[in-house]
Amino acid sequence: MYKTIIGLEIHAQLSTKTKAFCSCQADVFELEPNTAICPVCTGQPGALPVLNKTVVEYAVKAAVAFNCSINLRSSFDRKNYFYPDLPKGYQITQYFTPIAENGYLEFKLDGNEKRVRIRRIHIEEDAGKMIHQDADSISGASGSLVNLNRCGVPLIEIVTEPDISSPKEARVFMELLRDTLRAIDICSGDMEKGALRCDANISVVDEESGTSSNRVEVKNINSFKFVEKALEFERERIIKALEQGTDVDRETRTWNFTKRETISMRSKEEENDYRYFPEPDLPPLQLSGEFVEKVRKNLPELPQQRVQRLIQQYGIPEYDASVLGSDVKISLFFEEVSRVTGKPKDASNWIMTELMREINQRGIPIDEMPIGPEHFKVLFQLLDQGKISAKIAKELFPLMVETGKTPDQLVKERGMEQISDEKLIEEIVLRAMESNPKAVQQYRDGKKNVMGYFVGAVMKETRGKANPAVVNEIVRRLLES
Amino acid sequence: MKRDFLNYKIAELSELQDDAKRKAIAYFHERITAFNPELNAFLEVLPLSANYSSGSLSGIPYALKDNILARGTRTTCASDILKDYISPYDATVTARLKAEGAVLMGKTNLDEFAMGSSTENSAFGPSKNPWDLNRIPGGSSGGSAAAVAAGLVPFALGSDTGGSVRQPAAFCGVVGYKPSYGLVSRYGLVAFASSLDQIGPLTRCVDDAYAVFKTIARKDINDATTINNGVNLKANDLPKIDLKGIRIAVPSDALDFEGLDERVKSRFLEFVERLTEKGAKVSFIELGILKYVVATYYLIAPGEASSNLSRYDGVRYGERVESENYEEMIKKNRDIGFGDEVKRRILLGTFTLSSAYYDAYYRRALKIRRIISDRINKVLQEHDFILNPTTPTLPGKIGEISDPLTYYLMDIYTIPANLAGMPAISVPIDPVDGLPVGVQFMGKRLSDLQLLSVAKEAEKLSGAYENGLAKLPERWLHV
Ligand SMILES: [Zn+2]
Repeated sequence: MYKTIIGLEIHAQLSTKTKAFCSCQADVFELEPNTAICPVCTGQPGALPVLNKTVVEYAVKAAVAFNCSINLRSSFDRKNYFYPDLPKGYQITQYFTPIAENGYLEFKLDGNEKRVRIRRIHIEEDAGKMIHQDADSISGASGSLVNLNRCGVPLIEIVTEPDISSPKEARVFMELLRDTLRAIDICSGDMEKGALRCDANISVVDEESGTSSNRVEVKNINSFKFVEKALEFERERIIKALEQGTDVDRETRTWNFTKRETISMRSKEEENDYRYFPEPDLPPLQLSGEFVEKVRKNLPELPQQRVQRLIQQYGIPEYDASVLGSDVKISLFFEEVSRVTGKPKDASNWIMTELMREINQRGIPIDEMPIGPEHFKVLFQLLDQGKISAKIAKELFPLMVETGKTPDQLVKERGMEQISDEKLIEEIVLRAMESNPKAVQQYRDGKKNVMGYFVGAVMKETRGKANPAVVNEIVRRLLES
Repeated sequence: MKRDFLNYKIAELSELQDDAKRKAIAYFHERITAFNPELNAFLEVLPLSANYSSGSLSGIPYALKDNILARGTRTTCASDILKDYISPYDATVTARLKAEGAVLMGKTNLDEFAMGSSTENSAFGPSKNPWDLNRIPGGSSGGSAAAVAAGLVPFALGSDTGGSVRQPAAFCGVVGYKPSYGLVSRYGLVAFASSLDQIGPLTRCVDDAYAVFKTIARKDINDATTINNGVNLKANDLPKIDLKGIRIAVPSDALDFEGLDERVKSRFLEFVERLTEKGAKVSFIELGILKYVVATYYLIAPGEASSNLSRYDGVRYGERVESENYEEMIKKNRDIGFGDEVKRRILLGTFTLSSAYYDAYYRRALKIRRIISDRINKVLQEHDFILNPTTPTLPGKIGEISDPLTYYLMDIYTIPANLAGMPAISVPIDPVDGLPVGVQFMGKRLSDLQLLSVAKEAEKLSGAYENGLAKLPERWLHV
């Protein structure tokens, strides 16, 4: 048996208006290269950093949400290294005293309670971005372009203890972390856009012999799927080595998207000495207890609190609550639909399946969807009154999303009312029995599943609009009479 | 009789009529053009311009040490690696001087990136001491000191990391003042050692130093290390101070320092005598920290410098050398871009910050810095000022000293003020053999006004002044 030990280092981009140490725009994802820069973030001679207060507020929010103890006095340090996307030659970070330490995040996985401890949360600035031509790295590239827009974009780094014991657990942890960051509204959580990035440390212990492998670092994981995939690959690679009686190198690797494997970036020996020392351009960060309390008091509901509340308040299953509760906008929508319709379980079913599908397929966020709780109210009424079948309702749903029209409007426009007229149905059934006496005989000889043939005939003729319950009842009655 | 513009204090120049001001600006411009080839005080002389706003320094010509940015001018830091760098913005001090009407005449020479004590470490040749062209003007603000001492500008700004304003002021016979750390914004000063750097004026009298200080000092939103409400700068004139009863501490360990030139020592003691005669209470005390200050400074300053200078990689600034790969290119660029002293300090700083040696050197230096601060604070609780010679020696001959350690020791009396963030000022006293000598007063943190006041009283006891202004060497009196 092998035990897996995983620790994560997560960089979350704070969704502040301006950068960490200057007043340039911070959301640079779609900007032209080098358009959101100034003397400060490009490290011009003589320029000095000034700390953005919102960055501090956001970091404290995260610290409170992740149950950390907050250092009222923290400080900034420089991490020194040479790279062309790092115009000052150093990154401002918190090394010696971070803003927060000793937190945790708890979640349930496969029925078990899990607690992952958080070692520290610190504030730092992002570096720029490079595009290398004809090579993967700067050495050997025929040319390299630098985009400094990301320089100085505010980040928090969240470092866990090595408490994670499987690749799946790592993914679930990352998802909960993202949901929490979104709930407290400090990070978009979009891994594809680089707003959330993850490095993982993994090692494996052979529990029989007690031997433990070297620790391998997997860098720059940029999707939730790859967190699990990359770590699974790495876990297998390490176990294979242990089984062959060797060990993997202590090194830094990166997930190669196209080859679906991790590849070596650099060995331990090639690592930088970052020459950390206190940042002399920024005085220590002093927070008041009142400030922290105020942030704590104004913290919105966190995903897990919300899940528990949804279960209690609406009586929906835990699974539904965890799906709906992971996204604040979706759970708000659910609560509104439940209030308007008085049917939380139906609301949950429809939102989790039909609505989520539409959101994913159309790529439109829920708050830009043209349907609201009223649509659901009318839809549920039509179903209750038997005016439409569940099948029709599912056909109606995408039309509602597309047109913004209510279901009763659509039913009227398109003649999609359910047919419950017993006489009409009887006529159709009798006609079908006349034209296929053989099938009638089969039924009467005990081959009960022939009934489906007659039901189908009715549905075909009514183009699916016949009320299935009525049809079933009539078919049975006539066949058995 | 028409007074020569050289005999005006800043306040008097600023009160002239507009046409007289324009004449004064043209006069100083002419002096710069005539004398700079001999002195090499300026690295760049700006074209004559008589555009200036009204304000407390309206129409006053001045010079900036070439590590302070002025939008549109070159800021070279006397380094090859920045020789073509055009300032993209104004330093805060530059903007404030402009807003008060001061007229920038040019950028002055320095030791490369302000590292040095002689202005010999300039990629563009050394500046000369106006009192003796064979001698150094001191450093690193040697160009600014020489420019003021030769009467090329009424004032110049320098930067002081370990004495770089006060030491050249002493060597050139002018006033050099380093304000309390945090009073003057460093925004737009090319950083050498951020926790020690402070911009200060070089002038021909304390009143002028105050006039400049008043304009440039106050909180700056662009520099997080500047402070609010440090010093009241509203008053037009310095507060009066009476030497009678003033408690002055003279560190006897400074006078026992073996590198102290006997001539400097005796001039200094004569001056102490004059202070005593005026009623000052002078006590000789044991400061007890002088033997640590140079070592502490040369751990902290190069550490910060190695980081501050890492942005000069030859890619964005300086010359780029074709190379096999990125690392090689950076190495070559920095090798040709930096001078020896800068390289020496980068290597020293890189070493002391490296993870293997951080605890043994850098962390320990930070602790000793605190001890030095505490000791100075203690002495300044019992005394109003600490007084010592500004420098242990007279200005040496150009090229005379090749051993860097000897130069490092020249800052032994000035470094403590930087390590502790205290204000300090050098005032010229009677010269020796035609060479200037300076004394330094250091005061409590944020006691800048009292410090300037006592320095103003000291001027009255000095033989280096005439009509309230430091005398100029004879040969520069007439264009
Ligand atoms: Zn910026």
